[in-house]
Amino acid sequence: MNWIIAFPELVLTLCGLVILTVGVVQKKSTNPFAACSMLTIAAFAITGFLVTVSPDGSGYEHVFVNDGFARFMKVLSLIGGALATIMTLSYRGTSGGGRFELPVLILFSTIGTMLMASSDNMMTLFVGLELSSLAIYILCAFDRDSVVSSESGLKYFILGSLASGLLLYGISLTYGYGGTMEYGAIRTVLIQSGGASLGLMLGIVFLIAGLAFKLSAVPFHMWTPDVYQGAPTPVTAYLAGAPKIATFALILRIMAGPFGALAPQWQLLIEMISVLSMVFGSLAAIPQTNIKRLMAYSSIGHMGYALMGLAAATPGGIRGTLVYLTTYLFMNVGVFAGIAAMRRKGHETTDIADLSGLGRTSPGLALMMAIFMFSMLGMPPTAGFFGKLMVFSAAYGAGLYGLLAIGAITSAIGAYYYLRIVKVMYFDASAPAFDTRSPSLAFLSVSMGIVTALFVLVLGPVTSAAQAAASALIG
Amino acid sequence: MTSSAAIFAIAVLAPLGGSLIAGLFGRIIGDRPAQAITIGLMAAACASAIATLFSGVPQDMGTAVVSLGHWIDAGGFHANWSLRADMLSLSMVAMVTTISLCVHIYSVGYMNHEEMPTYRFFSYLSLFTFAMLMLVTSNDLIQLFFGWEGVGLVSYLLIGYWYDKPSAVAAAIKAFVVNRVADLFFLVGIALLFLQFGSVTYDNIFAVVPAQVGATYHLFGTDWPVFEVIGTLLFIGAMGKSAQLFLHTWLPDAMEGPTPVSALIHAATMVTAGVFLMARMSPLLEFAPGTKTLIVLIGGTTCFFAATVGLVQPDIKRTIAYSTCSQLGYMFMAAGVGVYQASIFHLTTHAFFKALLFLGAGSVIHAIHGEQDMFRMGGLWRKIPFTYAVMWIGSLALAGVFPFAGYWSKDGILEAMWAAQSGPATYGWAMGVVTAFITALYSWRLIFLVFHGTPRDAHLSEHAHEGGIAIVLPLGILGVGAVLAGVLLDRFYIGTAQAQFWQGSIVNGAGAAVMNRMEEVPGLIALAPSIAGLLGIAVAYLAYMARPELPASLARSLRPVYLFLLNKWYFDELYDVLFVRPYRALARILWKGADEGVVEQVPVGLARLTVGTAVQAARTQSGSIAIYAFTMLIGLVVLTTTLLFVH
Repeated sequence: MNWIIAFPELVLTLCGLVILTVGVVQKKSTNPFAACSMLTIAAFAITGFLVTVSPDGSGYEHVFVNDGFARFMKVLSLIGGALATIMTLSYRGTSGGGRFELPVLILFSTIGTMLMASSDNMMTLFVGLELSSLAIYILCAFDRDSVVSSESGLKYFILGSLASGLLLYGISLTYGYGGTMEYGAIRTVLIQSGGASLGLMLGIVFLIAGLAFKLSAVPFHMWTPDVYQGAPTPVTAYLAGAPKIATFALILRIMAGPFGALAPQWQLLIEMISVLSMVFGSLAAIPQTNIKRLMAYSSIGHMGYALMGLAAATPGGIRGTLVYLTTYLFMNVGVFAGIAAMRRKGHETTDIADLSGLGRTSPGLALMMAIFMFSMLGMPPTAGFFGKLMVFSAAYGAGLYGLLAIGAITSAIGAYYYLRIVKVMYFDASAPAFDTRSPSLAFLSVSMGIVTALFVLVLGPVTSAAQAAASALIG
Repeated sequence: MTSSAAIFAIAVLAPLGGSLIAGLFGRIIGDRPAQAITIGLMAAACASAIATLFSGVPQDMGTAVVSLGHWIDAGGFHANWSLRADMLSLSMVAMVTTISLCVHIYSVGYMNHEEMPTYRFFSYLSLFTFAMLMLVTSNDLIQLFFGWEGVGLVSYLLIGYWYDKPSAVAAAIKAFVVNRVADLFFLVGIALLFLQFGSVTYDNIFAVVPAQVGATYHLFGTDWPVFEVIGTLLFIGAMGKSAQLFLHTWLPDAMEGPTPVSALIHAATMVTAGVFLMARMSPLLEFAPGTKTLIVLIGGTTCFFAATVGLVQPDIKRTIAYSTCSQLGYMFMAAGVGVYQASIFHLTTHAFFKALLFLGAGSVIHAIHGEQDMFRMGGLWRKIPFTYAVMWIGSLALAGVFPFAGYWSKDGILEAMWAAQSGPATYGWAMGVVTAFITALYSWRLIFLVFHGTPRDAHLSEHAHEGGIAIVLPLGILGVGAVLAGVLLDRFYIGTAQAQFWQGSIVNGAGAAVMNRMEEVPGLIALAPSIAGLLGIAVAYLAYMARPELPASLARSLRPVYLFLLNKWYFDELYDVLFVRPYRALARILWKGADEGVVEQVPVGLARLTVGTAVQAARTQSGSIAIYAFTMLIGLVVLTTTLLFVH
């Protein structure tokens, strides 16, 4: 048995169990939260290193695969998990976050996302997704004394169950009409039969629906604003990062791999979802007054743009999507670090109006937020521009001009609400200053700000890594 | 560069230096030094110009070109900075610098009551002169156009010099816009010349003109002779600058500028540019008989029209302004029959006596503190006898009384008109003779109203006094010029020595015969303008001295005619109805309808639509799990249906 290809996952799992034990055996008097968080971050770092050196290969009766694409996605997931854990450090001593289960749950969820990236079989897909999701359900309701937090956890759980049901049904249909759950085998079957039966196609639709739910792509997005708003801010930051990247790993892998031959059939569906997400994400964000809700719609819109690369169904499109997700991960964590810093006398405030005059009361934070907002709307030379440029050019290359036009229009509409935040920060009358930021948040917002503003410096390596990942997927 | 070329360059470039120093550093060096520098450099230019004129051009060449540098080299298109020295440009340069020097000196006295520093004024005066000198010394049409536009620009600056006066600003804009209309035609003419000849340099063009006489444009189903089209376009350009009928409306309004500016515009720079252009392009115009007929008709009509309007104006400066318009009509008539020498001759003598009249009028205005209404003056001759004397000289010259300057040149023009022996030329001659009578009439009307009779406004004339030496000196110089310019220059400009004098810088085709016949004009015809002039003076005496009530009763009994003349033949009103109002209406439609209605409404509407949709979209987020789940299932159904349709 070739256990070495799953070595990073095994190490991370063991680490998780150890940290859990450490947390449990601590005396009541000492809070193990900080120690567990640090250990979790260390575990992510070690695993990240192991992922980069792990060899290619497929194993365990074709349920697990490790290739360039999986490594790329796993590294992104681990970065997302680690950054979210750093953010949780600022929650030490608050009612919602100061318990050691928080980092451990993030860790287990991240294991799930890694499994998703490495799935070579519908079963791995489902198990990884559920492992990741179950941890997130708990995370959402983590602030158990808060009604909105509990509500968000419950809502996400119920709707997530529905989505899992759809996904499972899709897997059943695929198995029933394809005769196998292995990606490679399905691909062979489809190529040999020269087309898909109606049942198999229905299975694909159900699969797409189940995965689109996790991406919060329209029309399976309804949970997103409520959950984003209700969940503790570090959890929201995590939720908007690693799980979405892992879900993209899944959807890219199964669409390009087993169902690659059926591209003309599913392309239209992805295009529809992409268009709906972009339009809804940009429009519904305009009237929002709560910045976390705003970020929920922003995330819906971003998923639409990222799906554009998949809709193109070309290696360039997949590369574009990967670069887009990379930039999105960094700027997204940066924004949430800024949101987490919005505290007055220990209480979280999340109204956009609370940012008024931030340019004067806290120029550093305001500058970072402004950088993230410009990046979110795709202003050169920030990170967001390059992601958008690549998916747009992929859509152009694939002749999807309608999609391209809608993307451009919605970008312009989206610019309105991103720039509104900049305007509020710099031109509105000052609101009272926020509490002093914790070092972890300051570190996150500044480092993410630097990455976002100077992304052009690492654009080359990131693009070539994404290129390698895309070619590992399509071949 | 030889020494004579250097002197010629000084004549042209010194005013530019004066303008730059006064304009850029006037604030630092102060008013007096700025005035001294501009006047000093202007005097240097004037001396150089006269020296160059006397030394003449190299005998064998006829034309010398002083090259100053390249300007445009684009493909086959070349334009250079250069100074063309032939007799036409030399005589113009000498005349322009002389008049300009007088105006500069005069301005020192005239502008001494200004509250604002006047270095800006002197800078503009010098720049104005420089632009005109560039125009007359150009060796190609592009540099000519540079000077042409420079003159237009500075006239705008000077007419609107008192920029806090709304009427002055309006007049400045009017002058600029009317000139732009004409310049458009001129520019098209230059472009067609380049297309036809492949060059914009005079010598290159003129060398091949005779070879291309038959060339035509085929447009609107008819053949248009190239030279007629180009000639007419150039003439329309000249009409704008020289205020000929239909494009004259800016000239009277230009009186809003300070009086020295009026003198400069009317005598030396600006309005003479059109006449000069006709003479400069004579080798081409000689092959465009249709254009020449048009020139005679426009010139003759302008001559008569402006004189009739000048007859009833109450404003002293406007009266003289219309007389300029009228005299320019004479010059164009002469050009129209091919006797360009006569038109340049009249241009030169006119420069002296018109500058004299304007500066004299300025002296009157200066003496009575800015009043310009002649009906409030009267009896001033005792107070300002010197001004009175020079105004007599100027008027005698203007009316063409022997032996004053105007007599020689106007007589030359009218003889040429008669000698041309064609229908249009005879019309021009008749107009010219009638106008000679009206000219004398309004000139002495001015003199009698201003200087004779009892003071109509005692308060005004009470403290009237002559200006200082700065005002008296230029009047003296110009007065001498107004007396002698004709008798001295007649032989060279149009008389027996003209061929040796011009040395081929003006080309007479058909006009050559006219030149020869001028001497054979019957005696009575030759005397007609003089008789008309004397008659005019007599009538003026009768109407304004002997029986002062006569003009008023005449105006009452012929009220429609009087109003028609007083309102300048209703040209301003006509243009208002024909151009200004329709343009305003169109602009308003485009502004209110097209821009605010459509162009602006589209983004506003889109923004409104976006916000409306956004509110609706956000409203779907009700918070109910049942609705959320339902939405997901609807989405699934939609996706499935789409797939089934496509499959």
